[in-house]
This record gives sequence, C-alpha cells and structure tokens, in this order.
Amino acid sequence: MPNLDTAFSALSDPTRRAILARLALGETTVMELARPFEMTQPAISRHLKVLEGAGLIVRRVEGTKRPCRLANPGIEAIDQWLEMLRTALARNYDRLDQVLAEMKSDTGGKLG
Amino acid sequence: MTTTMSKLNLKTVGDTHVVVTRHFAAPPEAIWRAHTEPELIKKWMLGPDGWTMPVCICDPRPGGKIRFEWTNGQGGGFYLTGESLEAVPYSRLVHVERMHLPDPTPDNHVETTFEPDGTGTLMTMRMTLPDAQTRAAMLSTGMEHGMEASYVRLENLLNK
Repeated sequence: MPNLDTAFSALSDPTRRAILARLALGETTVMELARPFEMTQPAISRHLKVLEGAGLIVRRVEGTKRPCRLANPGIEAIDQWLEMLRTALARNYDRLDQVLAEMKSDTGGKLG
Repeated sequence: MTTTMSKLNLKTVGDTHVVVTRHFAAPPEAIWRAHTEPELIKKWMLGPDGWTMPVCICDPRPGGKIRFEWTNGQGGGFYLTGESLEAVPYSRLVHVERMHLPDPTPDNHVETTFEPDGTGTLMTMRMTLPDAQTRAAMLSTGMEHGMEASYVRLENLLNK
C-alpha cells in the first residue's frame, strides 16, 4: 500500500495536481506534459519523480521516451483514506443526530 | 479531492483548507448548544466506538479556553487545546485549536457556521491550516491513528 504521508505531500503542489489531472486523460510523455506548464522538461521531470516516489504515477521505457500514467493503487489509497475520514466524521455526526433528538424530546431543557 | 454521501461532505479546498458540510434535522440553536455545552459535546464528539471524553472544557466567549481529553479506557489517550475567537449565537463560532500527540500540532483555525436550511440546519466547518504541508500531515497523521483504532479517530484532529 502506498505511503499516504508521501502521497499527500506530493499532492500539496498545484503543478503536481495539474499533472495528475492531465494524466487522468491518459498516458503522456514528458514532452507533452511540459508544454502547457511553461516549464522546462527537467523541472517537469523533478515533479514526476516526486509523484512516482509517492506511488501516484508509473513510468515505462519506450525507446528514448518515458511515458507516464496514473498508478491506480496510489490514487485509490487516497480515495479510501478520504472515505475513512468521512466515515469517522459521519459517525460523530450520527451521534449528534441522536443528541439533538433527545434535546427535542426533553422539553424541560434538562440537557442544558 | 472530495468525498460525499447522503449527508456529509468533506473536501479539500485550495492548498490549506478542509471544508466539511452536514445537514441536521434540528434548529441552529440546538446545534449551537451541542457544539458549546460540555455535557452535550461529551455525548457525541468521540470518534471511534469505545472512546470517551472524561474532560471537556469549552468556553465559547472570545478568549475562552477549550480543552478536550479523550481516552479509550485502556491507557490510550490524547488531548486538544484551543482558544475561542468569535461567537455569534446561534450562527457562527470561530476558534483555533491544536492536538497534543503529545507534541502540539500546528494551529488549526476553525470557523463553523450554522444556517437555517428548510426545517433544519446546514453546518459548514471550514478549517485553515498554516500551509499545504501541515494540511497534508494532518490528513495523513490521521491514517496512523485510524489504523490503530480500527476506525479512524482523526476526526478529532478535524472537527473541533
């Protein structure tokens, strides 16, 4: 399972998030990625290295090119984490629903 | 990134915010009380099953102290401290908080609003962390604690 700490750090940069958004459309080469960002290829490559290290993308060798694409396990881990967070918060608020229902039936306001 | 279900919405906004929204079938005054009166807070702000809050101090007046202490009854526990900054009865609460794990985490600035929504209330909680790295750490630190406790208890980092 990918390290979520590294994954969230990798996601804290807007350029890297934009790269991921572009890769969501399909496999892309570094040259194609660099074009819309007005960045040099080495600069893009540094961002790709961070994303790769975080398990969010994978790269393969094809001649002199190294096309990259999203790594599904990494992306899914982040989704799952947010889902767990949501579940935990939801649990607190479900309990709050109960407390509110008790307050409503307690006309004497004893809970206050 | 965003995750939703019927009632709760949790999303990251920009580089430093986390925004949680939730509808409640009760008027704003009741939600307000449940967020400010210790005897009510102790009933729900607990995280995973099995955890309780033996100490709950909450003074919503500007400058007022906040302190929540949780325990799992088996020697595990942690606490949160904070200060109230603003309170507009029954519509708006602002405070700053940090977790002690046991080292204090960077301050989390939390603005919570309660708006009438049909016959109930829409709560919006907007957390602001000092920077993107801190937010990333907050979100991922929760993972470690969540793994320990079978259910994530990191909500405690997020929802005071």
